Parts: sequence; C-alpha cells; structure tokens
Amino acid sequence: MPHEDYLNATYGLRSWLLTTDHKRIALLYLGSVTFFFFIGGLFATMIRIHLLTPTGALVTPETYNKLFTMHGVAMIFFFLIPSIPAVLGNFLIPLMIGAKDLAFPKINLLSWYIYIIGGCFVLYSFGTGGLDTGWTFYTPLSSVYSNSAVTPAVIGIFINGFSSILTGLNFIVTIHTMRAPGMTWFRMPLFVWAHYATSIIFILGTPVIAISLLLVGLERMFHLGFFNPALGGDPILFQHLFWFYSHPAVYIMILPAMGVISEIIPTLARKTIFGYSFIAGSSIAIAVIGFLVWGHHMFVTGESAYAALAFSFLSALVAIPSAVKVFNWTSTLFKGSISWDAPMLYALGFIGLFTIGGLTGLFLAALGLDIHIHDTYFVVAHFHYIMVGGAVMGYVGGIHFWWPKITGKLYPEVLSRIAAVTLFVGFNLTFFPQFILGYLGMPRRYHSYPPEFQVLNVLSTAGASILALGYLLPMIYLTWSMRYGKVAGKNPWPATGLEWTTDSPPPTENFHVTPEVTWEPYDFLNRPDLGLAGTPSPVPAHGDD
Amino acid sequence: MPIYPEQASNFAPHVDLLMLFVTAVCVFFATAITVAIVIFFFKFHRKQPNDVGVPIHGDSRLEAAWLIIPLILAMAMFGWGAVVYVDYRHAPQDTLDIYVIGKQWMWKAQQPNGLKEINELHLPANRNIRLILASEDVIHDFFVPAFRVKMDVVPGHYNTMWFRPTKPGRYHFFCSQYCGTNHAIMGGWVTVMEPSDYAAWLSGSSGGSGNPAVAGEKLFAERACVTCHVADGTGRAPSLNGLYGAQVLLADGTTVTADEAYLRESLLQPNAKIVAGYQPLMPTFQGQLTEEQILALTAYIKSLQSQPVPAKGSGIAPPTGKK
Repeated sequence: MPHEDYLNATYGLRSWLLTTDHKRIALLYLGSVTFFFFIGGLFATMIRIHLLTPTGALVTPETYNKLFTMHGVAMIFFFLIPSIPAVLGNFLIPLMIGAKDLAFPKINLLSWYIYIIGGCFVLYSFGTGGLDTGWTFYTPLSSVYSNSAVTPAVIGIFINGFSSILTGLNFIVTIHTMRAPGMTWFRMPLFVWAHYATSIIFILGTPVIAISLLLVGLERMFHLGFFNPALGGDPILFQHLFWFYSHPAVYIMILPAMGVISEIIPTLARKTIFGYSFIAGSSIAIAVIGFLVWGHHMFVTGESAYAALAFSFLSALVAIPSAVKVFNWTSTLFKGSISWDAPMLYALGFIGLFTIGGLTGLFLAALGLDIHIHDTYFVVAHFHYIMVGGAVMGYVGGIHFWWPKITGKLYPEVLSRIAAVTLFVGFNLTFFPQFILGYLGMPRRYHSYPPEFQVLNVLSTAGASILALGYLLPMIYLTWSMRYGKVAGKNPWPATGLEWTTDSPPPTENFHVTPEVTWEPYDFLNRPDLGLAGTPSPVPAHGDD
Repeated sequence: MPIYPEQASNFAPHVDLLMLFVTAVCVFFATAITVAIVIFFFKFHRKQPNDVGVPIHGDSRLEAAWLIIPLILAMAMFGWGAVVYVDYRHAPQDTLDIYVIGKQWMWKAQQPNGLKEINELHLPANRNIRLILASEDVIHDFFVPAFRVKMDVVPGHYNTMWFRPTKPGRYHFFCSQYCGTNHAIMGGWVTVMEPSDYAAWLSGSSGGSGNPAVAGEKLFAERACVTCHVADGTGRAPSLNGLYGAQVLLADGTTVTADEAYLRESLLQPNAKIVAGYQPLMPTFQGQLTEEQILALTAYIKSLQSQPVPAKGSGIAPPTGKK
C-alpha cells in the first residue's frame, strides 16, 4: 500500500536541493553533519593513536596540533551545534506542535546553504595548510603568530553563525505562532521547550562569536590592534568575547539533548514525566544563568579575584537546574513500565554520563581546584562527558527514537541494544582515565608527554577503539534498515506526541487534517487510541497532584 | 599507580583536601542516581506489552529538597574553593621574587641576584616565593602539578603567582596554555633545595650571571633615559630615586603605587599615566625593549629605592597622601 509521503512526493536532486520542506531540510542536515562527524572522528582517531607512546607515535608536532584543532572545529561548529536542533529539531518541531512547516521555510533552506558555504571555507582551511590555533583561537597566537590557514577558518565559522541565528529565529517564531488548536505552552513536549531555550542562546550568543572571530581575521589581515598587545590590544579581551558565546554554546549542545531524553524516558517508561514544569523551567534557567558564567574559563588569566568569585558562584549555581532535571528523569522511571529498547538504553546512558560530566564541572567551578586542574586533561574529560557522553548520546538516542518516524522503518532490535552498550563502555574507558591524567598534571594539547602518563593514555586509546565501533554499528544498521527494515507503522512505541499521530514517514504537509490537542503531554491513560491497558499497573497513584 | 601528584607546596594539601570533599559529594550523588536507575530498570521492567506505568506528576516537597540540598553543597564547594583561591591570589609581603619569562618555546628564569636559568628553576624550601611572569610573544602558562598552582603568562602585562615549596626535590613544570608548535615540550624542572643548599648554589653557580640592576643601569644610559630622568630632580622628567614602592601623584589628582606593572606601563605606554607637574614628552618603548630588558630596567629602578629622594622633582606624592 504505497502512499505518498515527504520522501516519495517528488524525485530528483533538484527536488531536494530546492526543497522548503522542513523534513527534507532536516535530512540534508543529517547528511552534512554526519560528514563532519566523520571528519572530526577521523582526526580524533589519529590523535588517540598518536598518544599511544610518550614521544608521539604517528605525526609531527605541527600535524598533531592541527589534528586537535580541526577535530574541535569540525565537531563543535559543524557537528555538535547543528546536530540535534538542525536535524531532529527541524524535523520534529512542526510535527510536535501540529504545524505544516516552520514559519519561514525558505529561510530554513537558506540556513542550510549558509552552513554549507561556511563548511566549505573551513574545509578549504583544512585542505590548504590546516589550522593549528586550537578551536578556541586564543590571541595573539591565532591573530599574529600562527602560520596556518586561520583566515578562511574564521570566515567559515563567521558565515556558519548566521545559519544558527536563522534556525533559532525560525524556531522561536514557529513555536510562538504556529501551535495547533489546543497546543498550549504547557502541553508542548519538553523537546520543544528545550529548543525554545536553545534558540534564545542561538540568537543572543552567536553574533558575539561571529564578531570576535571577525576581529581575529581583521587583526591578522590588516594588523588592526584589537588583541595584540604590541599594537595596543588586549589578548584577554578576546577570551571574554569568545567565552561569552562559547560557554552558552555548551548549553546549545546539551539542552536539545536534554529535550530528547525528556521525550524518550516518559515514552519508554509509559508514564507521565515527573515534574514537567521543573524540567521546562530548568531549561530556561540554564539558558539565562549560562550567559553569566563565561569568566570561569579565565580563573588563571590574572582576571580580578572579585570577578573570579562572582563567576565561580554563578557557575556553582548553574549546576542546580541540571541536577533538577536528572532527579526528575530518574523519578520518572519509578513505577514505570520500562522498555529495554535501544532509545531507553541511550537515555539511561545519557543520564549516567551527563551526571558525571555535570558533577565534574563543579570541580572546575571551585576556584581552589581550578588553579590545579585548569587546562589539564581533567578539563578534556569533563567536556567530553558533557558533549559526547551527553550531547552525542542524546543525538544518537534521538535518531533511534524517531528513526521509525523519519524513515518509516524499524532497525534490528538486538544489534541496536548491543551498539548502545558498546558506546557506553567505550566512552567511559576512553575518557574516565583522563580525569586521573588531569589531576596528575598532564596538560591538554600535548603531542608528547612524560612517560609516567603512558598507561592511562593507552587505556584511553583502547577505549576509543571500542567507542568507534559503537558509532559505526548504528551507521551500518540504520542505513541497512532504510531498505530492508520492517515497516514501522504510525506509532511503534507507542508515544503520545502529535508527531506519532500522522503517517510514518509523514506526508509533505505533515497532517492530513489540522490536529486538535485535547490531552496533556505524556498522558498514557486517557489515550484509548494508543491501544494500551486502560488502567495503571499494580497500585493506585500516590503523590499525584 | 598514584592518583595524585606529590604534595610539595603549602597549597598542595589544601587543594587535595578540597578535591577529596568535592569528590566525596559527587561520588555520593552519582552512585545514588546510578543505583536508583539500575533498581528501577530491573524492578519496573515492562511485563506485558500493553502495560502502562503509574502516572506520578511530581512532588513539590521532593522538588524543593533536590533544589535546596544540592544548592547548599554547591555553595560549600564554592566557598571552600574561594578561600583557597583568595589565599593564592594574595601573596604575603615577605616573598622571594623571581622573574620568569615565557617565549615560544622555552622558559627563562632570573634569580634575585641576576642568575639566569633556562627551563630550570631552583628554589629554597619553606620560603614564600613570588614569580613575576612575563611573555615575549603569546599566552603561556606556568604550571607545577606538585605545587597545585598555575598562572597564565600573558603578553602585555605581568601576572604574579605565589607559593611556598615545602619539600626538597625535583618536580615537573609545564606550559599549560597552548602556545603553538612545541607547546608540549615547553617545560622543565623545579628544583627545591634546603635553604643552605640554595644559598650555596646561588653563589657557586657559574650560569649566565650578572646583576640585572647593573645591566639596567647600562641600558638606562644607552637609551638616553638619563637625559630627562636626572637623579637630583632637575630634569624634564621626574627623578627615579626612591620611586619603587612609593605613591606617585598623577596629573589627574589620583595616586598610584609604583610597582612592576606601573613601571612597565610607563615604559611602554608613557602617556597612560602622567606624573603631576610634567609634560607628556616621553617616547614609547613599545616593541623596542625585550621582556628581559624591561626586567633589567625595573631592577635598576628598584635599586634606586634607597637613594636620596630630591626635595623637588621626584613625582612622589607628599607624605600626607600616605596611609
């Protein structure tokens, strides 16, 4: 029974490259962020192989410095930041709120082209001499001393920023104006709340990084003295500008992942989420406080001790809304009907890894500890727990959760669970030893190291090979499933969201008739259409308000 | 395998104790959450395909508890961390000052008597040490894991760090701010010695010696500073006798302490602070002096601290302004 959906409505390259359908644009993004993930992953693999021996096993110091720089630039600006918002957010937000598309479909396509143009500049930089400034572009190293292809890279990231800004703008307008009848703010899925918070950061933060990297380019090309002290500039000013965006950027990466987890857990535990308003509110709190903590990257730059005290206080504070989320997710599992399907395994893996990542942030926020562990492998481990253990785990989990909706197909059950466990084990083996390395004093961005650090580095590399397997498996079986997977049906889990009331894959206009929302989010009891047991299992609800 | 480096400074035990506290709190929470998840995962595993869970919307007392308890613990971490940090950022008065210059990709240190070292730093045990850090090019960072302290070395201004080595021995120091190609090998060894050994080493060592104040005096003449900065206060610029550490009265009516940072700024941006009663005539030496030359001039000006201050033409604020 072939029916028309967004994938087979029209054919040909042109129908994809000129599409204004948010679902097709999401797939364009899926392809391009996967490409950058491969590139970044390739660099990471070479880094880990190189660090097997204290003197460096693989490449020259110059090349090593380029590898970790390009790994960071590809992964952060071209994979992590767009991944969940531009792929899953793009695909799902209109479906979740019952809209036909985003508010500005053409701008949505434009943002993908901007991303591609920015990406081309950065690839040009990688291909013509590479980039060795670190993804942080600290001045005056980046603006004066580096001999690598800094200018095309900063232009590429500058351009790419507009893609984020337009996506954020599109999401905010869509969420405000295009909700279906009955879809009140507090009936919105938490995924949408998380993207609303993310979009605020996109719009407020991105212009700052764009302009600061432009200033680096101008100082390089025309010797204008913004950051170079020899020209009267201040190198620390760059760090303020850079982190004003780049700390909130961490929340750009993690908030959407939190949104994913907030969908998977109630759906696969088949119960309403615990503390809906606290989870929604904490997203906004993170977005707001997250803008006021950037100085914690600069405790040992010589910044005023009073500023350091304020930034440390606020950084300790921003941990609280994240903790609230973790407690609420965990409580949601209590008395649930928990499925052991792959998305749940990813979600639980996320909670574990994000908890470690978040808690180790407190170590770095504590001033007296930061003076020792700042710029060591402790930091490397901490932010990989957040960005990879958190954001990527959420992204991969989300892809698994919505894959049946996106493609209309199911993937192999057992294999997907094995992949989730492989990813979790490989990740911990890769990055946990780095906490210890950091406390022992191994600085980050070292192409060679004293021999006493070798054992932990070898462990880390061993973990990385397991981790790589954990990423390759889903790529293989998900691709396989597109052709050979079982037909998924409208609502395989089943889930309560609007996106699950339409066909899989959805038709181009998303819904055949405009949906009307008469139920609360994650309410499995009053939804006879889901075909579930009408009464809750064993005991009556308590603590129910 | 050790899980923490040797404790060889006054800060090391404090940082480690704080580490222990933060780790204990975090391990507690991480374990509690993991145990809860694992129990729920097995206990509430779906039995029948169409089972649903018990709808529990929330509990405001629980929400309050897990807002407030973590908040208190996070504030404790902040407070304890702040105590250690404030101590670290306020050097005591009786420090032994040593200049450290970072440049791509080596460290130069200069002992108080002018003895120079490269990628080595000798220190007496149980003496408060203050490192005055300068960079010739990009940002570096001086990091001694065994002392648990680090500080960025930023071009364009001085940063300082202090600590008290407590245990003789040889310890790694690293550059921990990425600074280009050979960042990873920009390090060396700190040698902490018994004070008597240190004194013997200082006097007996033949390394590139030479009193920096003498070098500075020579530079002072070569660069014609002496033409305007006449010692008896009759020149076009103030006498520098007794200047170091004194309060200087500026043209805008404020006063400033003549410390290393002030002297450095006056050399590189002479118009930033004009001494009361003088014209902004001095040319800038930005880009014309190496960090080492700046240190030599600073050392020379410091050596004038004990010279007689002329009654007129010193720039030093009258004693009424003193605290």
